[in-house]
Amino acid sequence: MYQNDIGKRSAKVKNVVERGAVRKFAEAIGDLNPIYWDEETGKRSRYGRNIAPPTFPRVFDYGVIEGLKLPAKGLIHGEQRFHYKRPLFVGEELYCYAEVKDYYEKQSSMGQLGFLVIANNGEDADGNLLFTSTSTIIINEAVRKAMSV
Amino acid sequence: MTTIREWQVGQSLPEVTLPPVSRLDLIKYAGASGDYNPIHTIDDEAKKAGLPGIIAHGMWTMGNLAKLFTPYYEEGFVQDYFVRFQSMVFLNDVVTLKATVKEKDDKAIRFMVAAVNQHGKEVIKGEAVFSLYE
Repeated sequence: MYQNDIGKRSAKVKNVVERGAVRKFAEAIGDLNPIYWDEETGKRSRYGRNIAPPTFPRVFDYGVIEGLKLPAKGLIHGEQRFHYKRPLFVGEELYCYAEVKDYYEKQSSMGQLGFLVIANNGEDADGNLLFTSTSTIIINEAVRKAMSV
Repeated sequence: MTTIREWQVGQSLPEVTLPPVSRLDLIKYAGASGDYNPIHTIDDEAKKAGLPGIIAHGMWTMGNLAKLFTPYYEEGFVQDYFVRFQSMVFLNDVVTLKATVKEKDDKAIRFMVAAVNQHGKEVIKGEAVFSLYE
């Protein structure tokens, strides 16, 4: 049902790795290591500044993929993957966009399930890819049927 | 100073057991992540969705699990991090975070990672590749 959406992308959105947002996020995952929030620790580190936790890209704005309609309910987050070129630096600007990577269906004990794979990407100002955060979303049979009508 | 390089295949990083999951934990994560899906914070909404009660964001657990690697950022960084969400985490569950070395060379250490609940059930499992600096 999403086969025709594969390859669709959102327009790039400028994001900033905000200091306050990084601290709040680190607190929320119970990881108050000073590398994330203490400026002195950041300066003395090999990075020369503070960095963000690996799952932080969840907070960025990736824009809207035109024409991609997701059901409001019945979505299950099945898998999540992050790939990094390096950690993200507090204060840096990123250009983020989303892309439909794949869609497939599988028969399971819960009926015919749909698997939608969406990549959220972040680049620096020169267009170098810094990270990709890939989510596999499972769409259950009831929702799938309702949407294909 | 602890080092990660010295860990050998089959060895595990020190496990971390989290305090019982509280509503406030999930409210904080909702605010910090921007994921306000009410099944994570509001009982009635979780029940309407057919759940016995509110459940933790999968990404909350995944975020917690990554902290096993935080003490080692001077030696390298988490280059790849993959998990499958196996089972739900409910209020008051006690989650333990684990990482075991699976493969190792001069450039990277590949870990099997998991978060396990108080019944010994894996709620998430996956892999992390910690890339080492020269």
